[in-house]
Amino acid sequence: MMGRIEGKFSYLRDKGERALIAYLTAGDPSLEHTKEIILGLDAAGVDVLEIGVPFSDPTADGPIIQAASRRALQNGVTLSDILDMIKSLRKISEIPIVLFGYYNPIFIYGNERFAKRAKEVGVDGILVVDLPPEESAELRRYTDRSGIDFISLIAPTTSTERIEKISRDATGFLYYISITGVTGTVKPRVLDIKRDVERIRKITTLPLVVGFGISTPQQVGEIAPYVDGVVIGSAFVRMIEENRDRVDMIHIVSDYARKMKNSSSASPPP
Amino acid sequence: MRKTLPDKKGHFGIFGGRYTAETLMPALIELEEAYLGARRDKKFQEDLALYLREYSGRETPLYYARRLTEKLGGAKIYLKREDLNHTGAHKINNTLGQALLAKRMGKKRVIAETGAGQHGVAVATVAALFGMECQIFMGQEDIRRQAPNVLRMNILDAEVVPVTSGTATLKDAMSEAIRQWVTRVRDTFYVIGSTAGPHPYPMMVRDFQSIIGKETKRQILKREGRLPDFLIACVGGGSNAMGLFYPFKDDPGVAMIGVEAAGKGIITEMHSASISAGTIGVLHGNKTYLLQDEDGQVRDAHSIAAGLDYPGVGPEHSYFRETGRAQYVTIEDQEAIRVFISLARWEGIIPALESAHALAYAMRLAPSLDKDKIIVVNLSGRGDKDVEIIAERMEVHQ
Repeated sequence: MMGRIEGKFSYLRDKGERALIAYLTAGDPSLEHTKEIILGLDAAGVDVLEIGVPFSDPTADGPIIQAASRRALQNGVTLSDILDMIKSLRKISEIPIVLFGYYNPIFIYGNERFAKRAKEVGVDGILVVDLPPEESAELRRYTDRSGIDFISLIAPTTSTERIEKISRDATGFLYYISITGVTGTVKPRVLDIKRDVERIRKITTLPLVVGFGISTPQQVGEIAPYVDGVVIGSAFVRMIEENRDRVDMIHIVSDYARKMKNSSSASPPP
Repeated sequence: MRKTLPDKKGHFGIFGGRYTAETLMPALIELEEAYLGARRDKKFQEDLALYLREYSGRETPLYYARRLTEKLGGAKIYLKREDLNHTGAHKINNTLGQALLAKRMGKKRVIAETGAGQHGVAVATVAALFGMECQIFMGQEDIRRQAPNVLRMNILDAEVVPVTSGTATLKDAMSEAIRQWVTRVRDTFYVIGSTAGPHPYPMMVRDFQSIIGKETKRQILKREGRLPDFLIACVGGGSNAMGLFYPFKDDPGVAMIGVEAAGKGIITEMHSASISAGTIGVLHGNKTYLLQDEDGQVRDAHSIAAGLDYPGVGPEHSYFRETGRAQYVTIEDQEAIRVFISLARWEGIIPALESAHALAYAMRLAPSLDKDKIIVVNLSGRGDKDVEIIAERMEVHQ
């Protein structure tokens, strides 16, 4: 059976569309809000959702997501709570869900227990930032068996030889980090992305998405033609924080997502 | 043949490894290759030996603390005087090594994290020595606590970047240095100050610090004609302890004791005793013992000694604990302060508060041992940086 992630990319490919992938930090401002925002984004046409699991020491994240993680932890949000939230979300939404985070909370939860529970509640993939192929076997032993996609990262610094190795083992899609840097800081250059994407495409046929530093519909429009999907993270997280006290916060965020989705779809294939 | 650790992927048993973002992986692999090349290169080793001797003033003495020994009335206590190094601590052994490596790799810019500022000063010093640009990440809270070291770094022309994220201490400074490295990985060399971080750092820092144990071995054999019975060193990240222990690891008669900071007491949770009171987890690129909650969130560490104020520990120490090769004990803030003053008054040596933890345990142990037993304590740094903290405490207690 085709999983939700594979199904979504195959559907989009047939329609000639690019995926819009949204990232949120779970529990900021609260888990109830996170669930409502996800439903809003789903309705606005977001294709895949990355749910950030907050961690005390997010070394790959810039200031915006660091602050969101800290707020979520102050709210007492745990991995277990997030999995429960996904379970309740799954009753009303079929949007593909990727858990995005750092290894330690999963390791402490227990790799085997995590893989089983994540599958049970409807998680489709995981992206563990600090688990490169050299260290991933201890978790993949369980998540592969559960049929959870292990989304792998490729950076601008990754050699061709490593790209071959990474894509051989990757499932779901590949996530290309568009900048040498942390999330939500500098803007990537379209020409760099184009060059690197061509390099990666020669090696793999897996769907390829790009993220880190993409925040506006205009950027989405420029980058989308070269890839299968675009990830927007810090921009949504900032918008949620800036509008946290407004009753129409979810509408504001959803409207922005809709604009992003239109920009990604408006782009003709290269 | 004895197995040498770490293995090819940087593991010490189940500990260590390279748990890091993909952006850094190629840099870590490049660093590992460069380091292994340098380790084999006679010229590199000669250069390093020259700087250690003529710039840092090695070898450092192994001093027999006669008055201290007589007061305690038990085992003989020797102090390995790492406090007599240039910049006042063992940190320079490692920063000279890494700076020479950075030079060899053609990197003109170095960054580092620092807690107490000892490592930061040691990095700023070698950056000045080799004409490199230097940026030091330091928690806002530590900048306040360790103002003299901040001034020293400024004088040495290093940029001290205040870190306000998290708890604004060493852990957060290290996270921020990692972020900075990710951002400028192509032209920047990250000088990690302890036997922590992703592979190859724990191995590389251990190797550079092993000069401490190698000298100690030679010195004690010359002086006493035999190896010591106990080696004692404080453990924060664990570089001075690993430097002393490692060359003795295959000498079964030598007991090794790492002393962690119990802060205000283990039961208060205001401590830094990752091995003694922590659980296994993954932080800053390696798997090791950590202070963390039941959800895998890393807890704040506490110690009066800023250099021990870290919630993790070098992975090889975790391995030594697991295999039983070394033992790990704890000393509270108050006892470290008492010993700080005792050593000053009995031997005329003002130790770093970090090193006072090691000495405190030696002072507990010595009276219970026969007079022919030998203890070597690593006096990893001098205490000038701590005099204000001690002055505050003394006023309180008068």
